[in-house]
Amino acid sequence: MSKGRFGVHGGQYIPETLMNEVIRLEESYEFYKNDPDFNKELDDLLKNYAGRPSLLYYAKQMTQDLGGAKIYLKREDLNHTGSHKINNVLGQVLLAKKMGKMRVIAETGAGQHGVATATAAALLGMECEIFMGKEDTDRQALNVYRMELLGAKVHPVTSGTMTLKDAVNETMREWTNRVHDTHYVLGSVMGPHPFPAIVRDFQSVISKEARAQILEYEGKLPDAVVACVGGGSNAMGMFYNFIGDKEVALIGCEAAGHGLNTQKHAATIAKGTPGVFHGMKSYFCQDEYGQIAPVYSISAGLDYPGIGPEHANLHDSKRAQYVPVTDDEAVDAFEYLARTEGIICAIESAHAVAHVRKIAPEMKKDDIIIVCLSGRGDKDVAAIARYKGVNIHE
Amino acid sequence: MNNISIQDAFDHGKAFIGFLTGGDPSIEKSEEFIMKMVEAGCDLIEIGIPFSDPIAEGPVIQEANIRALAAGTTTDKIFELAKNVRKKTNVPLVFLTYLNPVYKYGYEKFCAKCEEAGVNGLIIPDMPYEEKGELLKAAGEYGVDIISLIAPTSEERIKMIAGDAKGFIYIVSSMGVTGMRSEIKTDLSAILSAVREASNTPAAVGFGVSTPEQAGKIADIADGVIVGSAIVKIIAKYGGEAGQPVYDYVKSMKEAIR
Repeated sequence: MSKGRFGVHGGQYIPETLMNEVIRLEESYEFYKNDPDFNKELDDLLKNYAGRPSLLYYAKQMTQDLGGAKIYLKREDLNHTGSHKINNVLGQVLLAKKMGKMRVIAETGAGQHGVATATAAALLGMECEIFMGKEDTDRQALNVYRMELLGAKVHPVTSGTMTLKDAVNETMREWTNRVHDTHYVLGSVMGPHPFPAIVRDFQSVISKEARAQILEYEGKLPDAVVACVGGGSNAMGMFYNFIGDKEVALIGCEAAGHGLNTQKHAATIAKGTPGVFHGMKSYFCQDEYGQIAPVYSISAGLDYPGIGPEHANLHDSKRAQYVPVTDDEAVDAFEYLARTEGIICAIESAHAVAHVRKIAPEMKKDDIIIVCLSGRGDKDVAAIARYKGVNIHE
Repeated sequence: MNNISIQDAFDHGKAFIGFLTGGDPSIEKSEEFIMKMVEAGCDLIEIGIPFSDPIAEGPVIQEANIRALAAGTTTDKIFELAKNVRKKTNVPLVFLTYLNPVYKYGYEKFCAKCEEAGVNGLIIPDMPYEEKGELLKAAGEYGVDIISLIAPTSEERIKMIAGDAKGFIYIVSSMGVTGMRSEIKTDLSAILSAVREASNTPAAVGFGVSTPEQAGKIADIADGVIVGSAIVKIIAKYGGEAGQPVYDYVKSMKEAIR
């Protein structure tokens, strides 16, 4: 069996044109991840540019209101560019530069990964092009403008469902065109090996910090960590350093959209089946003939028909649990967090908050939950207003 | 097992290999167009099983995939198509599709159906050398050749890939996705000589080939020429009436490589 396996999942299912490049990427990454100079440079960027470590905030009002477990929020929304995406992007763009690449390309759903990539490219002096589904460029027009301000060229993708899946297709196509001078900054723990491992390693800073912070504050590990899952990068980052702690429940929240009994959802674990797509073997929403399903979520960032292979394996081994959360529940949680804690979180993260509202009251007062607030909600305010039928003028 | 093999396509001079997406614009029309290609001198037919997300294809074939799926094409209907074509001709047939439709169908069941329908090989652009192991057992059991692809970036991988290639070797002429190109810049002679050092399996060149001039030049150095997007574009333009234009085009290409 080929490299990069998580149980039966993972692998390198990509065109031959890209094979030498992923092999080279793996070799470079294996070298640089142990290179003290590379790590020093990256740590410096994370600390002095991205704003790490991010806060682990005790959500006192939410804890009191829900009347169960103590709730902590891992504040990835406070990072520069407003989400966890910057952790991975700074690592990958720095790696690409060390590999002698002059140009980076990336796909984006909600725009957070695109903004982060455009930011890192600007900072490190690289050319940058972003592929984004046409529908998402409409849903997230402000983020498109942000990327352009940062000097990136944004390509609206009009093929297929015009969302994240199609943006990934188009970025892979572009990568096969110019693989010699271009690095594809994959935005989640997905794609062909070594990407799922690279992205997970760069995102694992989330749980590395959270683990140390909670031990310092509470003197013990949490009972559960909760994160939203599209491709699954913030969740993998949040889970990673707790995987060995069997007493810590790992819970991923996937987008159930209008509900699992409808066709309008993006709940890959709940409704998907094993498949091979976008370079990896994993679970995908698809039909009986293996045609990838058009998926839906109110959140452009969760609107993806697959899940990273390491998550697929955590599901198979029952080490992690994946639960569906609907649009309605996410919007409720979005408003709830804003009113109880004064934090406007990304609609993606609100899926995780929604699940915590269900489980915290059932837990004991000395139990602890850490929720990953993967990003801030500025980008979603207009969408929430539309959803609620509120007319605002931006 | 039928007595037709991919090698037959290369037994009488340079091979012209034509591709179309099965089910575009309909299964019945695909059968008609395939027979026109055969009449015009096509030595091997590649039938695309449409996939929702064909990441190795350019816009022309992407759109054909969408049209075929919108017309209700399924893998089972493509098997029927191949079976009907096989009743009428001994031209070797291969399927081109992505791994997911094959994986989801089940490797064993898929390969058994290929044998039953008289399909001789399988081209899967998102299954590189390293990943073909899982499909080889079923493919071998039912006499289906897994066609290996070699890209301009393959370099030192050529020896390994060509070394155990079956059927024919698909040499990708250009970087990027399928589609017509005005100029092919890759040093094909160097790739072909590396391939020939490692293997006696016939080598055909595809991706970007559309004109008789290009085809003629490639036929000087390769065993065959593969054309997809140019044929699919004719089908997109003429729809159900594409039979004659496809025939004329394939005939002109076949003549150019004689």
